[in-house]
Amino acid sequence: MKPPPFTFHDPRSIDEAVGLLAEKDNAKILAGGQSLMPMLNMRFVLPDDVIDINNIDDLTYIRDDGDALVFGGMIRQHEIESSDLVAQKIPLMREAILQVGHRQTRNRGTFGGSLSHLDPSAELPSVSMAQDATITVRKRGGARDIAMADLPMGYMTPSFELDEMVTDIRVPLWPDGHGYAFVEFARRHGDYAITSSAVLLDVSDGGKITRASVTVGGVGPSPLRVTAVEDGLLGETGSAELFTEIAEKCRDIDAMEDVYAPAWYRQHLAAVLTRRGLAKAFSRASNGTEINLK
Amino acid sequence: MSDRRTICVNINGKAYEREVETRLHLADFIRHECLLTGTHVGCEHGVCGACTILLDGKTARSCLMLAVQADGKEILTVEGIAPNETELHPLQQAFQDNHGLQCGFCTPGMLTTLLEFLDENPDPTEREVREAISGNLCRCTGYQGIVAAALDAAKRLQAGT
Repeated sequence: MKPPPFTFHDPRSIDEAVGLLAEKDNAKILAGGQSLMPMLNMRFVLPDDVIDINNIDDLTYIRDDGDALVFGGMIRQHEIESSDLVAQKIPLMREAILQVGHRQTRNRGTFGGSLSHLDPSAELPSVSMAQDATITVRKRGGARDIAMADLPMGYMTPSFELDEMVTDIRVPLWPDGHGYAFVEFARRHGDYAITSSAVLLDVSDGGKITRASVTVGGVGPSPLRVTAVEDGLLGETGSAELFTEIAEKCRDIDAMEDVYAPAWYRQHLAAVLTRRGLAKAFSRASNGTEINLK
Repeated sequence: MSDRRTICVNINGKAYEREVETRLHLADFIRHECLLTGTHVGCEHGVCGACTILLDGKTARSCLMLAVQADGKEILTVEGIAPNETELHPLQQAFQDNHGLQCGFCTPGMLTTLLEFLDENPDPTEREVREAISGNLCRCTGYQGIVAAALDAAKRLQAGT
């Protein structure tokens, strides 16, 4: 298992990188390499050119924009894990990142790489979907923003063009005191989850849910917002009964089936994990109350 | 007509300058070009953890990097852990004393992973140790000894022995 022959490029600037992308017909961007390198080793991909963006300093930042945190595409998963800013402002991301692979892979793996690879059960795309992130992609002579909801075109297929690359990810913040939970089920710690659920809740003084975001990963071909659950929560007061009943709607999602899990099992996990996620998120919201599921 | 580059990588304090194919992965560079065969190649797709090295002080799977990406970087492999030819590092000594290795194939990856882990978490619980090595497969299934060695090593390192 050795990578196929290719021509290697290591540009020092975004302009240089997107220039190469524009000129080369069959090129691949090498970010953290935690997905592309195995695919090269196994020869699942056969690029003529590999463009390594590890030497572009402009892509490795976390910036506080007040109402959002903005991430450079090459920010590494371990940097997200160890960021106080992320822990404080996007606690959902902090909880999710600890379930991404292992320390050795988080040291290399990147946010932009995870969004470009777009595995249906990967944690960072789910968090981006839950938080309504915006992804900036650049190509030679231009840039555009893509709402996370519009990023997946299908299984592991982002909607940007072959000559575009992810440069920035803007993650809007929820108000202080919001409830959050990222729960997943994997056979072994650090494996890709079979199914995950990401929950965000805003809860008013009286304990009523005023805003809800529920995303399941690993069920459809990409992370999915479950609007049937979100809509059913609005204006309601959180309770074990409510969460148990409403999470059942996850069983209606059209689910993938593969050698690892049949569709009914993913639907079942989506319902169970969403129920747990809702209870955890509501318990954590500053206006919420402790919910104990039976 | 292969794409080649000359790179210089510092491994265990020694500079290795070689001309390599750009598609060569770092684990093969360490083993075949630098003849440091302590770093083991198990799965070559980032699952087994046997090829774990420290790149500029942080663990990485050397099969998931190209050798050219390590140009100008500092690498520590299992050969560089011991302080000298005759003494073992406390972590290695703990592995020997606690039967932390059977066939030894996973050992280099276990040691490098635990070096970083114990540096950041000098007084871990058993559960934390198990989670820390969850990305390293031991096909002898000798995890009990490895976990015992890691906990023992934490004590030794804290006591400074």
